[in-house]
Amino acid sequence: MVHTLANARRLHAVDAAAARLGLHPGLTLADAQARVPELQAVEADPAADGALLAAIACWCERWTPFVALAPPYGIVLDITGCAHLFAGEKAMLAAMVARLAAQGFAVQGAVAGTARAALALACWRPGLVAAPGTEGQAVAGLPVAALELDPEAERSLAYLGLATIGDLSGKPRAALAARFGSQIVRRLEEITGAADAPISPLNPLPVYVAERRFAEPMGDEETARIVLADLARELTAVLERHGEGGRRFAAAFFRSDGAVRRVEAGTAAPLRDAARLAGLFRERLSALADPLDPGFGYDVIRLSVTACEPLAATQATFGAAPEEAALSELVDVLSARLGPRRVMCLQPQDSHVPERAAASVPAQKGWAVAGLAAWPAPAAEGAPLPRPPALFAHPEPVETLAEVPDGPPLRFRWRRVLHEVVRAEGPERIAAEWWTGAQALTRDYFRVEDKEGRRFWLYRAGTYGRETSEPRWFLHGLFP
Amino acid sequence: MHERERIGREGIGRLGNGGDSLAALRRRVEEIQHAGAPAAGAAWGRLALGAPLDGALGGGLALGALHEVFACDKGNGAAALGFALALAAGTGRPVVWVRQDLAALEGGDLYGPGCAAFGLDPARLILVQGADAADTLAAAEEALHHAVLGLVVVEPWGMPSRLDLTATRRLALRAERSGVPALLLRSAAEPVPSAAATRWLASAAPSGAAGAPAFCLGPPAFALELARNRAGPTGRWIVEWNAHARRFAPAPRRPAAAPPAHRPAASQGPARADGPAPVVVGAFERRAG
Repeated sequence: MVHTLANARRLHAVDAAAARLGLHPGLTLADAQARVPELQAVEADPAADGALLAAIACWCERWTPFVALAPPYGIVLDITGCAHLFAGEKAMLAAMVARLAAQGFAVQGAVAGTARAALALACWRPGLVAAPGTEGQAVAGLPVAALELDPEAERSLAYLGLATIGDLSGKPRAALAARFGSQIVRRLEEITGAADAPISPLNPLPVYVAERRFAEPMGDEETARIVLADLARELTAVLERHGEGGRRFAAAFFRSDGAVRRVEAGTAAPLRDAARLAGLFRERLSALADPLDPGFGYDVIRLSVTACEPLAATQATFGAAPEEAALSELVDVLSARLGPRRVMCLQPQDSHVPERAAASVPAQKGWAVAGLAAWPAPAAEGAPLPRPPALFAHPEPVETLAEVPDGPPLRFRWRRVLHEVVRAEGPERIAAEWWTGAQALTRDYFRVEDKEGRRFWLYRAGTYGRETSEPRWFLHGLFP
Repeated sequence: MHERERIGREGIGRLGNGGDSLAALRRRVEEIQHAGAPAAGAAWGRLALGAPLDGALGGGLALGALHEVFACDKGNGAAALGFALALAAGTGRPVVWVRQDLAALEGGDLYGPGCAAFGLDPARLILVQGADAADTLAAAEEALHHAVLGLVVVEPWGMPSRLDLTATRRLALRAERSGVPALLLRSAAEPVPSAAATRWLASAAPSGAAGAPAFCLGPPAFALELARNRAGPTGRWIVEWNAHARRFAPAPRRPAAAPPAHRPAASQGPARADGPAPVVVGAFERRAG
């Protein structure tokens, strides 16, 4: 694999055969070809590497829900409280490495008390399971490269003859920090298990999980749906015990060949109804652009709650506004089918610029508070509407003919149709929000009516003479 | 195969057993057929639109039925939209408005302050965006299951081949089952056969505020034609929208050029005693019938 670094074509990665011939990453391509004329070089693809790493990380979620990426080649699993499910840390590591190797990956692994120690040991002492509290001894023999310091610090350490982490850990911390910066001290503490740096999980951590493991891969789609309904029942029972309802759910289908499919669904209000939850996923699965493909069958199906809210126990039939419940159910089902950003509700905003005076937000988020919003009152009897019910997201330019430069137009052409203006009201001057720093022009809005009675909301961008000498006209909305 | 034959024979045998079972079957078929008639839809009640229109509709637009509104021509999309807004405002209950993406691009997004000024509370509006006609119709069918809604507006764009007689019949059946009226809003389409109970053609009407100066705009005004009505007469009206009362009112007579008196088809239904009589009828141009 080749990539371009500092204007030179260098080796990015080498396979085992090339390594035996003495090639190593970082070598220029010219050098390498001089040494091995029959060298086969291909362009490196970091994006594909990243995607593959993420896919492997997803697969690793079958061991623990807390999986984080450590690019370029590392994956960190937080197996706190999980190891006993897989017959201990050693057996778990061995099984994990064996299964990944069976998929054709070259893999090294280690278990330790902190993420950095585990990553360093996996690199330099693969297969090691460091007992709690012994990380310091385990990493003592590792080269300082395991600290992943910047190259300059690494060079000066080598120059000083400090080759291993054991050499460093004996030195006074204050002197190290003064010489190489505080980074080295932090890294030393992390790698020896004295401190732990936070890692961020690949997928949101579940609050509650229900999962089903199959002894034999299960390839039947209908069975998968039934299992999902079962899991929904288990999960809602747990939620009920804790007095909570889920707002976001995720179903993960682990295929026996390593592929993992994750499907998420959200709700507008806390949900604890097994039938509705199962229905939501049925809707979501049937709306997938590329449907679920069981392939050789699933070996794990997991349903988890990733966000939940307190939900008091309610009696199903009495009390509890059934109208609201029915509406939030409708919102959930439509959001699951079309996507949450396609089911919207309107919210007023504090702005006098027309297009910013209202926002549409996903109904799953906004519907609960929609009733509290203060909208303007209906237009007075016999008066025209102050604002059009239909507004163009992008005002459409129109050609106009006006009697005076700052008056309403006499006629205008919109979408190739000429409109004769017979009535016009305006201008309503709306200045730009100068405090936001936007360099927008002042707008003069006119309500106009053409011969046939069609009404339009036009504006002239820029005050004549002061801001511009050739004001442009736009059509912003339509009145019925 | 063998099994199916056996069941088939048994079924035929059962039918042929006696004339009374066949008669029962006929009755059942008749029942099913009659379930689709407007009489069944009327059981859900009516949505009053305002004095001039309600006469022809027998008290208002039937709930639990499919209605459709077309724009008279290309330039009158806003009028058709306004008619849909009027219905939505009139229900006073949550409304689901399913729009195909193209409709929003061509006709503008629904704008909260404008809807509020029109009398439709935006807080009661759920906007659903369908990527294509199939999504739009499917979402509308789903929404029509929910009896809490006051109206489901379905707004596909253009003349999608999916929106055929069968599709409208499906919408009508769903509406009938839940009692939620459905309004098919077609601002860029020619009328085609459908299962709708009423068909409206909407176009804009000039402001006719009687007392106001000639250059002033009035409240939203419509020239509405009830082109098809399964349960009663058709008719034409020029009406203004009263955002406060959330009802249509007859447009005041314009000071100049009073339209010729014309006997409306709706006159066979008695006008409501309290409201003004639906007499103001203007001639206007209309392309499609």
